Amino acid sequence: MSLHDHLSTLKYAFPKTLPILAGFAFLGIAYGVYMHSLGFQPIYAILMSVLIFAGSMEFVAGSLLLGAFNPLSAFLLTLMINARHLFYGISMLDKFKGTGKKKVYLIYGMCDESFVINNTSRIPSDINNGWFMFYVTLLNQIYWVGGTTIGSLFGSMITFNTEGLEFVMTALFVVIFLDQWLKERNHISSVIGIAASILCLILFGTEHFIIPAMLIILIFLTLIKKFITKHEVIS
Amino acid sequence: MMTITQQIIIIASVVIGTLLTRFLPFMIFKADKPTPKYIKYLGYVLPPAVFGLLVVYSLKDVTLTSLEGFLPELLAIGLIIVLHYWRRSMLLSIAGGTVFYMFLVQGVF
Repeated sequence: MSLHDHLSTLKYAFPKTLPILAGFAFLGIAYGVYMHSLGFQPIYAILMSVLIFAGSMEFVAGSLLLGAFNPLSAFLLTLMINARHLFYGISMLDKFKGTGKKKVYLIYGMCDESFVINNTSRIPSDINNGWFMFYVTLLNQIYWVGGTTIGSLFGSMITFNTEGLEFVMTALFVVIFLDQWLKERNHISSVIGIAASILCLILFGTEHFIIPAMLIILIFLTLIKKFITKHEVIS
Repeated sequence: MMTITQQIIIIASVVIGTLLTRFLPFMIFKADKPTPKYIKYLGYVLPPAVFGLLVVYSLKDVTLTSLEGFLPELLAIGLIIVLHYWRRSMLLSIAGGTVFYMFLVQGVF
């Protein structure tokens, strides 16, 4: 790809990441402030955002560092909290094919938000798909690491009222869900996703509902496989 | 308080756990071999369900015991649905819903 192609791909990818810029700047700063308040030097928050790059897990990692030394339970807790990434991977197996060396970074940087954008964007034929996904992932990580850095260095100086700004992430997920809903021919998978999650949230509580919800989703989608063909799900 | 070495081991455990959840599907289903039919099926039916899971996940701390525990979220999502049906612009729907939510939690509730 020429430099011009890279610029036009970047130009196409950037607007799609704007909601993430708002959300990650806010949440990243909040994470930096949080780590600062636990007494960690800025380098901790920054390194964790570069190396882990999974928001909720980074908050948990902060408290893990203050508890008793138990690497095995830290590892198992991480698997549980981040288990949803397995579904992202399965959904992106084919989309990441043929992306060359970029693939390693596409997988490494696949947070909730990058998955959502890369999975749903319909890219015009003159834009390179692999580079588009690469820039979406990279921009998102830059926002997150940037927010974290600002938060851990200058967090205490922020004075304007940001209460409620974190809702931007909820709004993003609602809009993605809605957009998918308007496009799909039948809503069975969407309904299963919502119903299984609400049911498990009620049964297992906020801390432990994700894995049971994933299992129920998997079981139901497997049971209905016979009755569904590809063109019925996505128009 | 942990030593630096212990801290590094804890962070490494979290990093390795996260990497595993992201790379495992790609390690099991190699790109040079055709993806099994069942996994391909999951690949295209899973996303809508996962988006539903993410919506619920991002609203998990909503409480039904008091009005301010759920009404701002409900009203903001209502506005997002209206905006999105009207204009189908992701940015407008997201920005509109978020600004309205901030107004509600800061000024009304």
